[in-house]
Amino acid sequence: MSAPAKLTAVDLHAFFRGTEVLRDVSLEIPPLSVTAIIGPSGCGKSTFLRCLNRMHELTPGAHATGRIELDGQDVYGRDVDPVHLRRRVGMVFQRPNPFPTMSIFDNVAAGLRLNRIRGDHEASVERCLRQAALWDEVKDRLGASALGLSGGQQQRLCIARALAVEPEVLLMDEPASALDPIATAKIEDLIHELKTRYTIAIVTHNMQQAARVSDRTAFFYMGDLVEVGPTEQIFTTPREQRTEDYVTGKFG
Amino acid sequence: MSSALVRRRAVDRLMTALAAVAVAVALVPLASVLWLVVSRGAAGLSWAFFTHLPTPVGEPGGGIGNALVGTLYLVGLACLIGLPVGIGAGVYLAERGDSPIGRGIRFTADVLSGVPSIVVGVVAYGLIVVPMKRFSAIAGAVALAILMVPTLARSTEELVRLVPGALREASLALGVPEWKTSLRVVLRTALGGIVTAVLIAVARAAGETAPLLFTALNNQYWNLKPDQPTASLTVQIFNYAISPYEDWHAKAWTAALVLLLLVGSLNLLARFLSRSRLRSQR
Repeated sequence: MSAPAKLTAVDLHAFFRGTEVLRDVSLEIPPLSVTAIIGPSGCGKSTFLRCLNRMHELTPGAHATGRIELDGQDVYGRDVDPVHLRRRVGMVFQRPNPFPTMSIFDNVAAGLRLNRIRGDHEASVERCLRQAALWDEVKDRLGASALGLSGGQQQRLCIARALAVEPEVLLMDEPASALDPIATAKIEDLIHELKTRYTIAIVTHNMQQAARVSDRTAFFYMGDLVEVGPTEQIFTTPREQRTEDYVTGKFG
Repeated sequence: MSSALVRRRAVDRLMTALAAVAVAVALVPLASVLWLVVSRGAAGLSWAFFTHLPTPVGEPGGGIGNALVGTLYLVGLACLIGLPVGIGAGVYLAERGDSPIGRGIRFTADVLSGVPSIVVGVVAYGLIVVPMKRFSAIAGAVALAILMVPTLARSTEELVRLVPGALREASLALGVPEWKTSLRVVLRTALGGIVTAVLIAVARAAGETAPLLFTALNNQYWNLKPDQPTASLTVQIFNYAISPYEDWHAKAWTAALVLLLLVGSLNLLARFLSRSRLRSQR
Protein backbone atom coordinates (compact mmCIF):
# COMPACT_ATOMS: atom_id res chain seq x y z
CA MET A 1 0.00 0.00 0.00
CA SER A 2 1.26 3.44 -0.91
CA ALA A 3 -0.87 5.92 1.10
CA PRO A 4 -0.68 5.62 4.91
CA ALA A 5 -3.68 3.81 6.38
CA LYS A 6 -6.64 5.84 7.65
CA LEU A 7 -7.44 3.33 10.36
CA THR A 8 -5.04 0.74 11.71
CA ALA A 9 -5.76 -2.02 14.20
CA VAL A 10 -2.69 -3.38 15.98
CA ASP A 11 -2.80 -6.56 18.11
CA LEU A 12 -6.50 -5.96 18.88
CA HIS A 13 -8.21 -8.33 21.31
CA ALA A 14 -11.89 -7.95 22.23
CA PHE A 15 -13.79 -9.60 25.08
CA PHE A 16 -17.36 -10.11 26.31
CA ARG A 17 -17.36 -10.95 30.03
CA GLY A 18 -14.02 -12.76 29.80
CA THR A 19 -14.77 -14.56 26.53
CA GLU A 20 -12.31 -13.55 23.84
CA VAL A 21 -14.23 -12.82 20.64
CA LEU A 22 -11.37 -11.23 18.68
CA ARG A 23 -7.81 -12.54 18.87
CA ASP A 24 -4.78 -10.51 17.94
CA VAL A 25 -6.23 -8.72 14.92
CA SER A 26 -3.95 -6.38 12.97
CA LEU A 27 -5.53 -4.75 9.96
CA GLU A 28 -5.01 -1.59 7.91
CA ILE A 29 -7.90 0.31 6.31
CA PRO A 30 -6.61 2.56 3.52
CA PRO A 31 -8.18 6.01 3.00
CA LEU A 32 -10.92 6.76 0.45
CA SER A 33 -11.58 3.12 -0.31
CA VAL A 34 -14.01 0.39 0.70
CA THR A 35 -12.80 -2.42 2.93
CA ALA A 36 -15.20 -5.35 3.24
CA ILE A 37 -15.17 -7.58 6.30
CA ILE A 38 -16.62 -11.02 5.65
CA GLY A 39 -16.96 -14.22 7.63
CA PRO A 40 -19.57 -16.57 9.08
CA SER A 41 -21.92 -15.53 11.91
CA GLY A 42 -20.19 -15.07 15.23
CA CYS A 43 -16.72 -14.68 13.72
CA GLY A 44 -16.25 -11.26 15.36
CA LYS A 45 -16.64 -9.06 12.29
CA SER A 46 -19.32 -6.80 13.86
CA THR A 47 -17.33 -6.63 17.09
CA PHE A 48 -14.28 -5.53 15.10
CA LEU A 49 -16.28 -2.75 13.47
CA ARG A 50 -17.66 -1.62 16.84
CA CYS A 51 -14.12 -1.45 18.26
CA LEU A 52 -13.18 1.05 15.56
CA ASN A 53 -15.50 3.78 16.95
CA ARG A 54 -15.44 2.51 20.56
CA MET A 55 -19.08 1.38 20.50
CA HIS A 56 -17.95 -2.09 21.65
CA GLU A 57 -17.08 -0.86 25.15
CA LEU A 58 -20.65 0.45 25.67
CA THR A 59 -21.96 -3.12 25.93
CA PRO A 60 -21.96 -4.15 29.62
CA GLY A 61 -19.06 -6.49 30.34
CA ALA A 62 -17.25 -5.75 27.08
CA HIS A 63 -13.71 -4.46 26.71
CA ALA A 64 -10.85 -4.45 24.24
CA THR A 65 -7.06 -4.36 24.38
CA GLY A 66 -4.50 -3.42 21.76
CA ARG A 67 -4.30 -0.32 19.63
CA ILE A 68 -6.49 1.31 17.03
CA GLU A 69 -4.98 4.26 15.23
CA LEU A 70 -6.90 6.92 13.34
CA ASP A 71 -4.45 8.93 11.23
CA GLY A 72 -1.70 7.50 13.42
CA GLN A 73 -3.27 8.56 16.74
CA ASP A 74 -4.35 5.85 19.21
CA VAL A 75 -8.13 6.12 19.66
CA TYR A 76 -7.94 4.19 22.95
CA GLY A 77 -5.45 6.76 24.31
CA ARG A 78 -6.12 8.43 27.65
CA ASP A 79 -6.65 11.86 26.14
CA VAL A 80 -9.13 10.69 23.47
CA ASP A 81 -12.80 11.44 24.12
CA PRO A 82 -14.88 8.58 22.62
CA VAL A 83 -17.71 11.05 21.99
CA HIS A 84 -15.43 13.17 19.82
CA LEU A 85 -14.05 10.08 18.08
CA ARG A 86 -17.57 8.99 17.08
CA ARG A 87 -18.10 12.29 15.28
CA ARG A 88 -15.09 11.45 13.09
CA VAL A 89 -16.01 7.78 12.66
CA GLY A 90 -19.71 7.46 11.83
CA MET A 91 -21.76 4.27 11.81
CA VAL A 92 -24.72 2.79 9.93
CA PHE A 93 -26.48 -0.19 11.48
CA GLN A 94 -27.98 -3.43 10.24
CA ARG A 95 -31.60 -2.42 10.74
CA PRO A 96 -32.68 1.07 9.69
CA ASN A 97 -33.09 3.02 12.95
CA PRO A 98 -34.44 6.51 12.23
CA PHE A 99 -35.60 8.47 15.30
CA PRO A 100 -39.36 7.74 15.37
CA THR A 101 -40.41 11.02 17.01
CA MET A 102 -38.60 13.16 14.43
CA SER A 103 -39.39 14.26 10.90
CA ILE A 104 -37.18 13.40 7.92
CA PHE A 105 -35.48 16.80 8.17
CA ASP A 106 -35.00 16.54 11.94
CA ASN A 107 -33.47 13.07 11.62
CA VAL A 108 -30.74 14.35 9.31
CA ALA A 109 -30.24 17.48 11.41
CA ALA A 110 -30.25 15.49 14.70
CA GLY A 111 -26.48 15.10 14.91
CA LEU A 112 -25.94 18.80 14.21
CA ARG A 113 -28.53 19.93 16.75
CA LEU A 114 -27.66 17.48 19.51
CA ASN A 115 -24.00 18.35 19.14
CA ARG A 116 -24.77 22.09 18.91
CA ILE A 117 -22.91 22.41 15.62
CA ARG A 118 -23.70 25.85 14.20
CA GLY A 119 -24.19 26.64 10.54
CA ASP A 120 -26.76 26.45 7.80
CA HIS A 121 -28.63 23.29 8.80
CA GLU A 122 -30.96 23.46 5.81
CA ALA A 123 -28.03 23.42 3.40
CA SER A 124 -26.38 20.56 5.34
CA VAL A 125 -29.57 18.48 5.31
CA GLU A 126 -29.99 18.95 1.55
CA ARG A 127 -26.33 18.12 0.88
CA CYS A 128 -26.50 14.93 2.96
CA LEU A 129 -29.80 13.80 1.48
CA ARG A 130 -28.35 14.33 -2.01
CA GLN A 131 -25.20 12.39 -1.09
CA ALA A 132 -27.42 9.59 0.22
CA ALA A 133 -29.39 9.62 -3.09
CA LEU A 134 -32.62 10.32 -1.19
CA TRP A 135 -33.21 14.04 -1.87
CA ASP A 136 -35.46 13.67 -4.92
CA GLU A 137 -37.70 11.17 -3.13
CA VAL A 138 -38.23 13.21 0.06
CA LYS A 139 -37.69 16.89 -0.86
CA ASP A 140 -41.45 17.55 -0.87
CA ARG A 141 -42.11 15.95 2.52
CA LEU A 142 -39.18 16.86 4.72
CA GLY A 143 -41.59 17.57 7.59
CA ALA A 144 -43.22 14.13 7.43
CA SER A 145 -42.40 11.35 9.91
CA ALA A 146 -39.37 9.25 9.02
CA LEU A 147 -41.42 6.14 9.79
CA GLY A 148 -43.48 6.71 6.63
CA LEU A 149 -40.49 5.84 4.44
CA SER A 150 -39.80 2.36 3.04
CA GLY A 151 -37.06 0.25 4.63
CA GLY A 152 -34.57 1.12 1.88
CA GLN A 153 -35.39 4.83 2.14
CA GLN A 154 -35.05 4.66 5.93
CA GLN A 155 -31.59 3.12 5.58
CA ARG A 156 -30.50 5.87 3.15
CA LEU A 157 -31.93 8.39 5.64
CA CYS A 158 -29.73 6.82 8.33
CA ILE A 159 -26.73 7.17 6.00
CA ALA A 160 -27.62 10.85 5.43
CA ARG A 161 -27.94 11.29 9.20
CA ALA A 162 -24.47 9.78 9.72
CA LEU A 163 -22.99 12.03 6.99
CA ALA A 164 -24.42 15.22 8.54
CA VAL A 165 -21.80 15.41 11.30
CA GLU A 166 -19.13 15.23 8.54
CA PRO A 167 -17.28 12.10 9.59
CA GLU A 168 -14.08 10.99 7.91
CA VAL A 169 -14.80 7.27 8.18
CA LEU A 170 -18.12 5.48 7.71
CA LEU A 171 -18.61 2.08 9.33
CA MET A 172 -21.46 0.01 7.89
CA ASP A 173 -22.69 -3.06 9.76
CA GLU A 174 -24.55 -5.20 7.21
CA PRO A 175 -26.37 -2.10 5.94
CA ALA A 176 -28.39 -3.98 3.31
CA SER A 177 -29.16 -7.27 5.04
CA ALA A 178 -32.69 -6.17 6.00
CA LEU A 179 -33.47 -4.80 2.51
CA ASP A 180 -34.83 -6.22 -0.74
CA PRO A 181 -32.55 -6.58 -3.83
CA ILE A 182 -33.56 -3.26 -5.42
CA ALA A 183 -32.98 -1.28 -2.24
CA THR A 184 -29.72 -3.20 -1.78
CA ALA A 185 -28.55 -2.21 -5.28
CA LYS A 186 -29.23 1.46 -4.43
CA ILE A 187 -27.17 1.22 -1.26
CA GLU A 188 -24.32 -0.43 -3.18
CA ASP A 189 -24.36 2.32 -5.82
CA LEU A 190 -24.29 4.80 -2.99
CA ILE A 191 -21.22 3.14 -1.44
CA HIS A 192 -19.42 3.60 -4.79
CA GLU A 193 -20.26 7.31 -4.71
CA LEU A 194 -19.35 7.79 -1.07
CA LYS A 195 -15.86 6.31 -1.25
CA THR A 196 -14.65 9.36 -3.17
CA ARG A 197 -15.11 11.38 0.05
CA TYR A 198 -15.13 8.90 2.90
CA THR A 199 -13.16 5.91 4.07
CA ILE A 200 -15.61 3.02 4.33
CA ALA A 201 -15.52 -0.28 6.23
CA ILE A 202 -18.46 -2.56 5.56
CA VAL A 203 -19.38 -5.79 7.32
CA THR A 204 -21.40 -8.12 5.14
CA HIS A 205 -22.74 -11.65 5.10
CA ASN A 206 -23.15 -11.46 1.37
CA MET A 207 -20.01 -12.42 -0.52
CA GLN A 208 -21.27 -11.16 -3.86
CA GLN A 209 -21.86 -7.81 -2.20
CA ALA A 210 -18.31 -7.75 -0.83
CA ALA A 211 -17.00 -8.58 -4.31
CA ARG A 212 -19.12 -5.84 -5.90
CA VAL A 213 -18.47 -2.92 -3.56
CA SER A 214 -15.06 -3.36 -1.98
CA ASP A 215 -11.46 -2.68 -2.92
CA ARG A 216 -10.01 -4.81 -0.16
CA THR A 217 -11.54 -7.73 1.74
CA ALA A 218 -10.72 -9.14 5.15
CA PHE A 219 -11.87 -12.64 6.07
CA PHE A 220 -12.56 -13.31 9.76
CA TYR A 221 -13.12 -16.77 11.21
CA MET A 222 -13.75 -17.69 14.87
CA GLY A 223 -12.28 -14.43 16.15
CA ASP A 224 -9.15 -14.57 13.98
CA LEU A 225 -8.31 -12.43 10.98
CA VAL A 226 -7.49 -15.21 8.54
CA GLU A 227 -6.54 -13.21 5.49
CA VAL A 228 -6.73 -9.71 4.05
CA GLY A 229 -5.91 -8.47 0.58
CA PRO A 230 -7.27 -6.92 -2.60
CA THR A 231 -10.83 -8.13 -3.10
CA GLU A 232 -10.10 -9.78 -6.42
CA GLN A 233 -7.25 -11.78 -4.97
CA ILE A 234 -9.30 -12.93 -1.95
CA PHE A 235 -12.06 -14.21 -4.21
CA THR A 236 -9.87 -15.77 -6.94
CA THR A 237 -6.54 -16.79 -5.49
CA PRO A 238 -6.74 -16.78 -1.68
CA ARG A 239 -3.61 -17.85 0.15
CA GLU A 240 -5.42 -19.67 2.95
CA GLN A 241 -7.41 -22.87 2.56
CA ARG A 242 -10.10 -21.62 5.01
CA THR A 243 -10.64 -18.48 2.93
CA GLU A 244 -11.02 -20.52 -0.23
CA ASP A 245 -13.48 -22.88 1.46
CA TYR A 246 -15.58 -19.95 2.67
CA VAL A 247 -15.63 -17.86 -0.52
CA THR A 248 -16.43 -20.91 -2.63
CA GLY A 249 -19.33 -21.74 -0.33
CA LYS A 250 -18.01 -24.96 1.25
CA PHE A 251 -19.20 -23.69 4.66
CA GLY A 252 -20.65 -20.61 6.36
CA MET B 1 -76.81 -37.09 22.36
CA SER B 2 -74.57 -38.76 24.86
CA SER B 3 -75.12 -37.95 28.50
CA ALA B 4 -71.51 -36.68 28.81
CA LEU B 5 -72.19 -34.00 26.19
CA VAL B 6 -75.44 -32.94 27.88
CA ARG B 7 -73.65 -32.66 31.17
CA ARG B 8 -70.78 -30.68 29.70
CA ARG B 9 -73.14 -28.20 28.07
CA ALA B 10 -74.97 -27.70 31.36
CA VAL B 11 -71.70 -27.07 33.18
CA ASP B 12 -70.69 -24.61 30.46
CA ARG B 13 -73.93 -22.63 30.87
CA LEU B 14 -73.64 -22.68 34.64
CA MET B 15 -70.06 -21.35 34.54
CA THR B 16 -70.95 -18.61 32.05
CA ALA B 17 -73.85 -17.56 34.29
CA LEU B 18 -71.61 -17.51 37.39
CA ALA B 19 -69.04 -15.36 35.61
CA ALA B 20 -71.75 -12.94 34.51
CA VAL B 21 -73.04 -12.69 38.08
CA ALA B 22 -69.49 -11.96 39.31
CA VAL B 23 -69.20 -9.11 36.78
CA ALA B 24 -72.55 -7.71 37.90
CA VAL B 25 -71.54 -7.84 41.59
CA ALA B 26 -68.27 -6.11 40.76
CA LEU B 27 -70.17 -3.36 38.97
CA VAL B 28 -72.63 -2.73 41.83
CA PRO B 29 -70.29 -0.58 43.96
CA LEU B 30 -69.16 1.45 40.95
CA ALA B 31 -72.72 2.07 39.78
CA SER B 32 -73.98 2.90 43.26
CA VAL B 33 -71.10 5.33 43.91
CA LEU B 34 -71.85 7.10 40.63
CA TRP B 35 -75.60 7.07 41.28
CA LEU B 36 -75.40 8.32 44.86
CA VAL B 37 -72.88 11.07 44.11
CA VAL B 38 -74.74 12.31 41.04
CA SER B 39 -78.24 12.09 42.51
CA ARG B 40 -77.33 13.82 45.77
CA GLY B 41 -74.70 16.18 44.43
CA ALA B 42 -76.01 17.39 41.08
CA ALA B 43 -78.66 19.65 42.64
CA GLY B 44 -75.98 21.77 44.32
CA LEU B 45 -74.03 22.45 41.13
CA SER B 46 -73.98 26.09 40.08
CA TRP B 47 -71.47 28.59 38.79
CA ALA B 48 -71.23 30.08 42.27
CA PHE B 49 -70.35 26.70 43.74
CA PHE B 50 -67.16 26.69 41.65
CA THR B 51 -66.20 30.33 42.24
CA HIS B 52 -67.33 31.37 45.72
CA LEU B 53 -65.77 30.91 49.15
CA PRO B 54 -67.50 28.64 51.67
CA THR B 55 -70.10 30.32 53.88
CA PRO B 56 -70.49 29.86 57.66
CA VAL B 57 -73.10 27.45 58.99
CA GLY B 58 -76.64 28.59 58.38
CA GLU B 59 -75.77 31.09 55.70
CA PRO B 60 -77.09 29.86 52.33
CA GLY B 61 -75.05 29.83 49.10
CA GLY B 62 -71.29 29.81 49.03
CA GLY B 63 -69.02 27.42 47.20
CA ILE B 64 -65.78 25.52 47.18
CA GLY B 65 -63.82 27.77 44.83
CA ASN B 66 -60.86 27.98 47.21
CA ALA B 67 -60.81 24.20 47.69
CA LEU B 68 -60.88 23.55 43.94
CA VAL B 69 -58.05 26.01 43.34
CA GLY B 70 -56.29 24.62 46.42
CA THR B 71 -56.35 21.06 45.07
CA LEU B 72 -54.96 22.22 41.72
CA TYR B 73 -52.33 24.30 43.56
CA LEU B 74 -51.28 21.44 45.84
CA VAL B 75 -51.09 18.97 42.96
CA GLY B 76 -49.17 21.52 40.86
CA LEU B 77 -46.62 22.05 43.63
CA ALA B 78 -46.39 18.27 44.13
CA CYS B 79 -45.66 17.89 40.40
CA LEU B 80 -42.89 20.50 40.58
CA ILE B 81 -41.21 18.40 43.26
CA GLY B 82 -42.27 14.90 42.22
CA LEU B 83 -41.99 14.84 38.42
CA PRO B 84 -38.26 15.65 38.11
CA VAL B 85 -37.43 13.20 40.92
CA GLY B 86 -39.75 10.43 39.70
CA ILE B 87 -38.91 10.68 36.00
CA GLY B 88 -35.20 11.19 36.71
CA ALA B 89 -35.12 8.13 38.96
CA GLY B 90 -36.97 6.14 36.30
CA VAL B 91 -34.44 7.07 33.62
CA TYR B 92 -31.61 6.15 36.00
CA LEU B 93 -33.19 2.77 36.75
CA ALA B 94 -33.63 2.03 33.06
CA GLU B 95 -30.14 3.12 32.00
CA ARG B 96 -28.02 2.19 35.02
CA GLY B 97 -30.44 0.07 37.05
CA ASP B 98 -28.53 -3.22 36.87
CA SER B 99 -26.01 -2.05 39.46
CA PRO B 100 -26.40 -2.80 43.20
CA ILE B 101 -27.42 0.85 43.72
CA GLY B 102 -30.08 0.50 41.03
CA ARG B 103 -31.45 -2.66 42.60
CA GLY B 104 -31.57 -0.87 45.96
CA ILE B 105 -33.48 2.06 44.48
CA ARG B 106 -35.92 -0.26 42.71
CA PHE B 107 -36.55 -2.22 45.92
CA THR B 108 -37.06 1.02 47.87
CA ALA B 109 -39.51 2.34 45.28
CA ASP B 110 -41.50 -0.91 45.38
CA VAL B 111 -41.69 -0.82 49.18
CA LEU B 112 -42.51 2.90 49.24
CA SER B 113 -45.40 2.48 46.79
CA GLY B 114 -47.03 0.15 49.32
CA VAL B 115 -46.75 2.55 52.27
CA PRO B 116 -50.22 3.76 53.40
CA SER B 117 -50.79 7.39 52.44
CA ILE B 118 -51.57 8.46 56.01
CA VAL B 119 -48.09 7.30 57.05
CA VAL B 120 -46.64 9.54 54.35
CA GLY B 121 -48.75 12.36 55.80
CA VAL B 122 -47.27 11.76 59.25
CA VAL B 123 -43.77 11.84 57.76
CA ALA B 124 -44.44 15.16 56.03
CA TYR B 125 -45.88 16.46 59.32
CA GLY B 126 -42.70 15.50 61.14
CA LEU B 127 -40.37 16.75 58.43
CA ILE B 128 -41.99 20.07 57.58
CA VAL B 129 -44.96 21.03 59.75
CA VAL B 130 -43.16 20.55 63.08
CA PRO B 131 -40.01 22.56 62.20
CA MET B 132 -42.08 25.30 60.49
CA LYS B 133 -44.51 25.30 63.42
CA ARG B 134 -47.32 25.78 60.93
CA PHE B 135 -49.54 23.82 58.53
CA SER B 136 -48.69 24.74 54.93
CA ALA B 137 -49.32 24.05 51.26
CA ILE B 138 -45.69 23.01 50.83
CA ALA B 139 -46.06 20.30 53.49
CA GLY B 140 -49.12 18.93 51.70
CA ALA B 141 -47.35 19.08 48.34
CA VAL B 142 -44.32 17.21 49.73
CA ALA B 143 -46.62 14.47 51.06
CA LEU B 144 -48.33 14.14 47.66
CA ALA B 145 -44.96 14.18 45.88
CA ILE B 146 -43.65 11.34 48.07
CA LEU B 147 -46.73 9.36 47.04
CA MET B 148 -46.20 10.11 43.33
CA VAL B 149 -42.48 9.38 43.05
CA PRO B 150 -42.28 5.57 43.41
CA THR B 151 -45.00 4.67 40.91
CA LEU B 152 -43.84 7.36 38.52
CA ALA B 153 -40.25 6.11 38.71
CA ARG B 154 -41.24 2.50 38.05
CA SER B 155 -43.56 3.31 35.14
CA THR B 156 -40.96 5.66 33.61
CA GLU B 157 -38.40 2.86 33.92
CA GLU B 158 -40.66 0.42 32.08
CA LEU B 159 -41.43 2.95 29.34
CA VAL B 160 -37.76 3.90 28.84
CA ARG B 161 -36.80 0.22 28.68
CA LEU B 162 -39.27 -0.19 25.81
CA VAL B 163 -37.28 2.28 23.68
CA PRO B 164 -35.24 0.15 21.23
CA GLY B 165 -31.50 0.00 21.98
CA ALA B 166 -30.88 0.71 18.29
CA LEU B 167 -32.02 4.32 18.83
CA ARG B 168 -29.52 4.83 21.66
CA GLU B 169 -26.77 3.39 19.47
CA ALA B 170 -27.77 5.60 16.53
CA SER B 171 -27.47 8.67 18.73
CA LEU B 172 -24.19 7.58 20.36
CA ALA B 173 -22.71 6.81 16.93
CA LEU B 174 -23.41 10.42 15.92
CA GLY B 175 -21.07 11.49 18.69
CA VAL B 176 -23.86 12.58 21.06
CA PRO B 177 -22.83 12.24 24.74
CA GLU B 178 -24.63 9.60 26.79
CA TRP B 179 -26.53 12.02 29.05
CA LYS B 180 -27.85 13.91 26.05
CA THR B 181 -28.78 10.65 24.34
CA SER B 182 -30.79 9.64 27.42
CA LEU B 183 -32.64 12.95 27.67
CA ARG B 184 -33.05 14.09 24.08
CA VAL B 185 -33.48 10.80 22.23
CA VAL B 186 -34.51 8.02 24.63
CA LEU B 187 -36.71 10.05 26.99
CA ARG B 188 -38.26 11.94 24.10
CA THR B 189 -39.21 8.68 22.39
CA ALA B 190 -40.86 7.47 25.61
CA LEU B 191 -42.53 10.83 26.30
CA GLY B 192 -46.03 9.91 25.09
CA GLY B 193 -46.26 7.07 27.58
CA ILE B 194 -44.73 9.13 30.37
CA VAL B 195 -47.37 11.86 29.91
CA THR B 196 -50.04 9.19 30.45
CA ALA B 197 -48.26 7.92 33.58
CA VAL B 198 -48.03 11.49 34.91
CA LEU B 199 -51.77 12.08 34.37
CA ILE B 200 -52.62 8.92 36.28
CA ALA B 201 -50.27 9.92 39.12
CA VAL B 202 -51.85 13.41 39.20
CA ALA B 203 -55.35 11.93 39.32
CA ARG B 204 -54.39 9.71 42.25
CA ALA B 205 -52.74 12.59 44.10
CA ALA B 206 -55.81 14.82 43.57
CA GLY B 207 -57.98 12.19 45.26
CA GLU B 208 -55.84 11.84 48.41
CA THR B 209 -57.21 13.06 51.77
CA ALA B 210 -55.16 11.41 54.50
CA PRO B 211 -51.77 12.95 53.64
CA LEU B 212 -53.32 16.44 53.56
CA LEU B 213 -55.25 16.30 56.87
CA PHE B 214 -52.31 17.36 59.03
CA THR B 215 -50.06 18.96 56.42
CA ALA B 216 -51.99 21.41 54.24
CA LEU B 217 -54.86 21.27 56.76
CA ASN B 218 -57.62 23.53 55.41
CA ASN B 219 -58.38 27.19 54.84
CA GLN B 220 -61.66 29.13 54.65
CA TYR B 221 -60.11 31.65 52.25
CA TRP B 222 -58.16 31.77 49.00
CA ASN B 223 -54.50 30.94 49.40
CA LEU B 224 -51.63 30.66 46.96
CA LYS B 225 -48.81 31.12 49.48
CA PRO B 226 -46.76 27.95 49.90
CA ASP B 227 -46.16 28.57 53.62
CA GLN B 228 -49.86 28.94 54.53
CA PRO B 229 -52.55 26.30 55.18
CA THR B 230 -54.50 25.55 52.02
CA ALA B 231 -57.97 24.17 51.34
CA SER B 232 -58.42 21.09 49.16
CA LEU B 233 -61.47 19.36 47.73
CA THR B 234 -60.85 16.16 49.63
CA VAL B 235 -60.33 17.72 53.07
CA GLN B 236 -63.31 20.04 52.45
CA ILE B 237 -65.48 17.01 51.65
CA PHE B 238 -64.22 15.33 54.82
CA ASN B 239 -65.03 18.37 56.99
CA TYR B 240 -68.47 18.87 55.45
CA ALA B 241 -69.34 15.18 55.70
CA ILE B 242 -68.49 14.80 59.41
CA SER B 243 -70.34 18.02 60.35
CA PRO B 244 -73.81 17.80 61.94
CA TYR B 245 -75.40 20.23 59.44
CA GLU B 246 -77.77 19.17 56.66
CA ASP B 247 -76.64 22.03 54.37
CA TRP B 248 -72.98 20.98 54.68
CA HIS B 249 -73.85 17.35 53.94
CA ALA B 250 -75.41 18.46 50.66
CA LYS B 251 -72.30 20.48 49.89
CA ALA B 252 -70.12 17.44 50.64
CA TRP B 253 -72.03 15.47 47.98
CA THR B 254 -71.68 18.24 45.42
CA ALA B 255 -67.97 18.67 46.17
CA ALA B 256 -67.56 14.88 45.84
CA LEU B 257 -69.19 15.09 42.42
CA VAL B 258 -66.75 17.84 41.41
CA LEU B 259 -63.80 15.72 42.60
CA LEU B 260 -65.15 12.70 40.73
CA LEU B 261 -65.45 14.74 37.54
CA LEU B 262 -61.90 16.09 37.95
CA VAL B 263 -60.29 12.70 38.60
CA GLY B 264 -62.49 10.97 36.05
CA SER B 265 -61.64 13.39 33.27
CA LEU B 266 -57.90 13.06 34.03
CA ASN B 267 -58.20 9.28 33.79
CA LEU B 268 -60.19 9.51 30.57
CA LEU B 269 -57.62 11.87 29.08
CA ALA B 270 -54.82 9.45 30.04
CA ARG B 271 -56.67 6.52 28.44
CA PHE B 272 -57.36 8.55 25.32
CA LEU B 273 -53.70 9.58 25.00
CA SER B 274 -52.35 6.07 25.51
CA ARG B 275 -54.83 4.62 23.06
CA SER B 276 -54.06 7.13 20.31
CA ARG B 277 -50.34 6.53 20.96
CA LEU B 278 -50.78 2.78 20.44
CA ARG B 279 -52.69 3.41 17.26
CA SER B 280 -50.02 5.73 15.84
CA GLN B 281 -47.33 3.12 16.54
CA ARG B 282 -49.09 0.47 14.47
